[in-house]
Amino acid sequence: MNSVRNNLASTLTDQEVSEIEAEISHLPDRRSAAIDALKIVQKHRGWISDGSLSAIARLLGMSDEELDGIATFYTLIYRKPVGEKVILCCDSVSCWIMGGDKITNKIKSHLNVELGETTEDSKYTLLPVTCLGDCDHAPAMMVGDELHHDLTESNIEEILK
Amino acid sequence: MSETPLTRNIAPGKPPTDLAAYDANGGYQAVRDTIGKVDPDGVLDIIKDSNLRGRGGAGYPTGMKWSFVPKPRPDEGHRYLVANADEMEPGTFKDRLLMEFDPHQLIEGMILSSYTISADRGYIFIRDEYHTAIKRLNDAIKEAENKNYLGDRILGTDFSFHLHVHVSAGRYICGEETALLNSLEGKRANPRAKPPFPQVSGLWGRPTIVNNVETLCNIPHIVTHGADWYQSLGSGNDAGTKLYGASGRVKKPGCWELPIGTSIREILENHAGGMLDGYELKGLLPGGASTDFLVAEPLDLPMDYESIMQAGSRMGTGTMIILDDKTCPVGMIANLMKFFARESCGFCTPCREGLPWVKQILDGIEAGTGRLGDMDILERQSQFIGAISNTHCAHAPGAIEPLSSGLKYFHEDFIAHIENKTCPYTGGAT
Amino acid sequence: MPTIKVDGQELEVKEGVNLLDALLSAGIDVPYFCWHPSMGSIGACRQCAVIQYADEEDTRGRIVMSCMTPVTDNAVFSVDAENAATFRDSVIENLMLNHPHDCPVCEEGGECHLQDMTVMAGHRNRQYEGKKTTYPNQYLGPFIGHEMNRCISCYRCVRYYRDYSGGHDLSAFASRSRVFFGRAADGVLENEFAGNLVEVCPTGVFTDKTLSKHYTRKWDLQSAPTVCQGCSLGCNTYTSERYGEIRRVHNRYHQDVNGYFLCDRGRFGAGFVASSKRIPQSGIRNDQGLYDAVSLDTAITKIQAIISEGTKVVGIGSARASLESNFALRQFVGQENFCNGMTEIDQEMHGIIIDVLQSKLTTPSLTEVEEYDAVLILGEDVTNHAPRLALSVRQATRNLASEMAGNTQIPQWHDAAVRVLAQNHRSPLIVVTPTEDRLDEVASSSMRLMPRDIAELGYALAEEIAGNTTSSTPDVEAIARTLLEAKKPLVISGSSSQSPDILKAAVNLSLALKDRNDRAGIFLCANECNSVGVAMIDNERSISELLSTSPSVVVVLENDLSIRLGQQFSSSISSVNNLIAIDHLDNSTTSASSVVLPAATFAEAEGTLVNSEGRAQRSMAVYKAQDEIKAGYHLIDALAGNERSSTEVRSELSEQIPALAGILKAAPESDFRFEGAKFPRMTHRSSGRTAMRADISVHEPKQPVDEESALSFSMEGNQQQAPASLRAYTWSPGWNSNQSVHKFQSEVGGEYVGGDSGYLLFRESVDIEPFSKSTQAYSALIPRYHIFGSDELSAESEELSTLIPRPYLRINNTTAKNLKVEQGDGLMCTINNGNLQFAVIVDEAIPDNTFVYPIIPETRGMNGISSTDFSRVDDWVQDMDPLSPKTITTDRSS
Ligand SMILES: Cc1cc2nc3c(=O)[nH]c(=O)nc-3n(C[C@H](O)[C@H](O)[C@H](O)COP(=O)(O)O)c2cc1C
Ligand code: SF4
Ligand code: FES
Repeated sequence: MNSVRNNLASTLTDQEVSEIEAEISHLPDRRSAAIDALKIVQKHRGWISDGSLSAIARLLGMSDEELDGIATFYTLIYRKPVGEKVILCCDSVSCWIMGGDKITNKIKSHLNVELGETTEDSKYTLLPVTCLGDCDHAPAMMVGDELHHDLTESNIEEILK
Repeated sequence: MSETPLTRNIAPGKPPTDLAAYDANGGYQAVRDTIGKVDPDGVLDIIKDSNLRGRGGAGYPTGMKWSFVPKPRPDEGHRYLVANADEMEPGTFKDRLLMEFDPHQLIEGMILSSYTISADRGYIFIRDEYHTAIKRLNDAIKEAENKNYLGDRILGTDFSFHLHVHVSAGRYICGEETALLNSLEGKRANPRAKPPFPQVSGLWGRPTIVNNVETLCNIPHIVTHGADWYQSLGSGNDAGTKLYGASGRVKKPGCWELPIGTSIREILENHAGGMLDGYELKGLLPGGASTDFLVAEPLDLPMDYESIMQAGSRMGTGTMIILDDKTCPVGMIANLMKFFARESCGFCTPCREGLPWVKQILDGIEAGTGRLGDMDILERQSQFIGAISNTHCAHAPGAIEPLSSGLKYFHEDFIAHIENKTCPYTGGAT
Repeated sequence: MPTIKVDGQELEVKEGVNLLDALLSAGIDVPYFCWHPSMGSIGACRQCAVIQYADEEDTRGRIVMSCMTPVTDNAVFSVDAENAATFRDSVIENLMLNHPHDCPVCEEGGECHLQDMTVMAGHRNRQYEGKKTTYPNQYLGPFIGHEMNRCISCYRCVRYYRDYSGGHDLSAFASRSRVFFGRAADGVLENEFAGNLVEVCPTGVFTDKTLSKHYTRKWDLQSAPTVCQGCSLGCNTYTSERYGEIRRVHNRYHQDVNGYFLCDRGRFGAGFVASSKRIPQSGIRNDQGLYDAVSLDTAITKIQAIISEGTKVVGIGSARASLESNFALRQFVGQENFCNGMTEIDQEMHGIIIDVLQSKLTTPSLTEVEEYDAVLILGEDVTNHAPRLALSVRQATRNLASEMAGNTQIPQWHDAAVRVLAQNHRSPLIVVTPTEDRLDEVASSSMRLMPRDIAELGYALAEEIAGNTTSSTPDVEAIARTLLEAKKPLVISGSSSQSPDILKAAVNLSLALKDRNDRAGIFLCANECNSVGVAMIDNERSISELLSTSPSVVVVLENDLSIRLGQQFSSSISSVNNLIAIDHLDNSTTSASSVVLPAATFAEAEGTLVNSEGRAQRSMAVYKAQDEIKAGYHLIDALAGNERSSTEVRSELSEQIPALAGILKAAPESDFRFEGAKFPRMTHRSSGRTAMRADISVHEPKQPVDEESALSFSMEGNQQQAPASLRAYTWSPGWNSNQSVHKFQSEVGGEYVGGDSGYLLFRESVDIEPFSKSTQAYSALIPRYHIFGSDELSAESEELSTLIPRPYLRINNTTAKNLKVEQGDGLMCTINNGNLQFAVIVDEAIPDNTFVYPIIPETRGMNGISSTDFSRVDDWVQDMDPLSPKTITTDRSS
């Protein structure tokens, strides 16, 4: 909620608009597509800038506030730029028992970032995530769309080469 | 070997089932035999008689839940069936298996369920991280649509059902069924007050049923083989099979379909292979993060709703998290409270304000800066947050279960932290 | 009525309410935050917990939220049970973890709901030693301050702002213990009812900046029950002052009028009292045309001399002056020499409004408006001309939701559930106006028509509903069907259209509807705070008519004639030898007068007003006027050599004008006492009166005496026992905030114990005939109202004036082409010897050669300008959006 917004209201691409409209088509009203629309635009742009947010809000007939209230609720809508790949590092209980903290610390030192930060080369953003449903292979993490599990301090470097 | 209807198409190394493979093993037979042929009320009776209880955590009888859906009136608008595939409960990894390896089973279950409650629209609400499951479900839906198992006038009958996969944007609370509905409506996922129940006013204010993936996967088998067969699968009071799991320092962590009511000992020793060498069992959370600890003695308890309840916990999702003797229980509870505080939706006071305070105190104790007075605060806060109806939804009461049971069972561990001003354990976090 | 048992006591409670509501109504204190009597329950704060037992035998019971619990017969509860009390204590303790201890500098201090509830819940000792969460604050405009750290996340603000009043630019952001309530970015809150956030917020997050600027604790304010002067609806307010300066305006609950909410014009529009244009003293114009400040006595003597020399003395009254002042003037100049100060068109329209009020047609109160399940707005700009009514209309569109909830057994107070169930289903609202309307977004259909066509539509609807026609357009048929299918249809129209024809059509339509459905209603919005009242005093002759009788002396009471006469102003008064102006602020009329007398504003003088529904209401003086400023009626009495109290003026008024006799019932007169005592304007804890002058002298000066009313400028007396019209503030032991109002209501949201203030004047019904269609001449210039700027007085309030739009002309492309301009260019005309420049806004919904312009201070006098008077501005630079000239500043001190 910064007072200065990068409000160069961007326009959505035809591709984005048609994907959003496709979602709207099976919903009772346009606003119901809010989360889908945010995800579609994020898929194309990596994150949701204030400008993207305004453009989506207009397309759905909502105010910026209405849409941003939704966007900021969800952890997987990024309202700040992220790296090329987001590392979602499980910090839930099963992974924790299996030494998940050590893995996270290893990733932090390997990439020289803290949780919530992006590497200097913009390749990775490191975020914590809720249990990835892979507890029988804990510790686990996702790098981009890919799930990695049975993590050890030694296989981290290989994965994040 | 007992029957494993839910995982009959799933085996290590076996590829996920497509429509052909599913069909070959009797898939969609229940749909063909039921839609337009059996009265929906007849199906409802079978489900009621089967004594199927919801596998999402609360164990509410499915047939009973469905029976509260009002009878349809002409032209009244859509009615919805939602599969809860959010699976974010820490320690839980069962729905993923069902969706990734046998997506048609869920779809068939949803077709039959929606037929029973006269729903014409369905959503599978799935977490974003389940990329593989999302893709396989979407592919399977296409296949089913091509065969007219889904879509308008299914198999030439009057019944239509459209199914969509909705991919979530994160947040554990979305798994709470009313928060899930708000999220499906494109809103902030704050839970709704009940009553009114979703059966009466759910998605977009219309009658809606939300069921867990595993619950829905049971439906085709019950419809095909009948209530008696289903009852006979389980042992004890409960019916059917259950996907049980174990994670933590056991030899073979994993997920297995077993008769409901299988004992904890059997799951732990026969299926999970017992504790890793050098580790002792100290306690366990029987059904995911939001259940009370059980400590070593009740190993012979059957894992069914009643038995676990009587032992002071809940069966929850049936996926156990094992605490060993080298892992710090205080650290484990601190980890859980961090999770629950972070996942609070922020709507009601006890949860929004209470959990972060609890977390702060636990962090302090774990770090060796705790004081004896902290124990009173933890006790008071867990009373405050812990009871159902103290909060707006079940998130906070669930969150407190490991803490309040932990305070009881691991009291000495807490005191040791406080008195020695350090964590005596080397396992787990350290 | 269900009977419940609470801590052993049997209570009969109202059917269908929630337990919290029932307990508060029964006088049992239960702390709460998120529940609000007008907004229902959501169960977020968990503060209102009590124990519910399964039956009399049950000793354990379980915690329930009283606001979420229906009252059912024989239900057993406990408020006092120890576990309930402990739980409520914990709720406060947890809410306070992050609440800053900044009460000493908080605007809410001393009237803070959170403070009250903390004490009530018994929370004393802090155990939390962690860091407190902090947030950035935002600039929300000139009216409302933002201090997010004080937030307790009760969600009332967003529920009020978005769900209740239809705003879009306030949200809850983020989640968990980081929920943030604000805008997406700094900027002026857009909703016209944003000011209520100040009262809706139970802590000091949303605060009244106009108060903060010269802050005074609630207990040090001297207040009076006042009636808003901002429009014709007569919302009840508390106006508060210190050191003779108005500090704030607050909502004064009235069951039938404003309920719990005001509009921002009402809340922030009283600043004109301290405007730099305020006339502090009498003035006599000297030979150089400048004014010499003189004593009131000198001025009076001078005027008396002028009058004795003059041949004919006439008086022009005013729709923004009290009944008392208008009546005194009429007495002074004689009935045949008096005019009520309205334009001819206004007089015709208000004649129609009075006809309707007298007739068998039903005019609902604002709260009753909320009960109508189909509303047609015919040409009235509700949001900008009668703002509080728009809030009621919004609630009316929720009747379908209530009905759906009823059918589904969802209680009406279960706010979130009712909204989920209803989704976008709303009761029909049809908005027919010349330009887009704020209510369009909740309307089932909107039509853009020019006044002439709106009148035509109204007449056609009347014919259709009466069954007098067989050939209606599909639009007419559809609207008629909607109105006929409704259980309670309502037609809203009013004087902002400046078209008597539209009003007539609305009346004809309502008569036809009434024949078909006795529950049909009509609401006609009058123009100003006392338009109906002054039209009841006299509606005989217009200003021009009166001026054409060649008077030598014209006494003008609180009226800027340049607004009524427009381009004819100068010529009309040129032949008048002596214009005598009595007013609060400098304007074209005072500038053209020989003598000016300083009239007290509503804040300094008692007066009676009649609102659009015919309700007479007394507004009380807040403080004694400075020096020589006097109430209009006192100044006129002085001219007449008379000396009467307002009570005496009213008593003569009620005798001479029987239709207004009821005004005596609007409030008790000055001799009214409770146990021999008057009613205090100051709280019993006021440190102000005794400490205010302590640095000068420890001897407390005698307080001014109020001879006009039963109120005193003092803290002595008994406020708790005051009748509603004499209650100067709301306070009850343990309830220091405005939430204490329920202590004075017969039940939560009901009328005041002892009756509400004010009196409905029209009680008998006369038959009226449909009007015949007239052929009104329509101007090509269509004025549009703006909540900020169109009202003469409030526009002079400092903060409000920053939100007044800049002059604009809305025209279509063809008109623009003809004038060789396009969007963003400028047009100008000559008005009152000056040039006025307008920004061009191209709007295709407007017909050819039609000009829509705003009623704002610069355009007062547009009356008489014609479409040919506009020409292109060659060196035009547009530096801001004319419709939102809001400058955003992040400077927290502003
Ligand atoms: C905080 C919270 C999270 C939940 N998450 C899930 C979930 O991820 N998956 C699920 O099936 N049920 C979850 N539930 C339970 C659901 O609210 C609901 O009871 C369930 O989906 C009903 O399905 P069933 O009757 O088939 O068990 C959760 C409940 C709570 C209170
Ligand atoms: S218990 Fe927690 S998650 Fe549930 S409504 Fe309250 S704040 Fe939200
Ligand atoms: S007032 Fe009842 S929960 Fe807030």
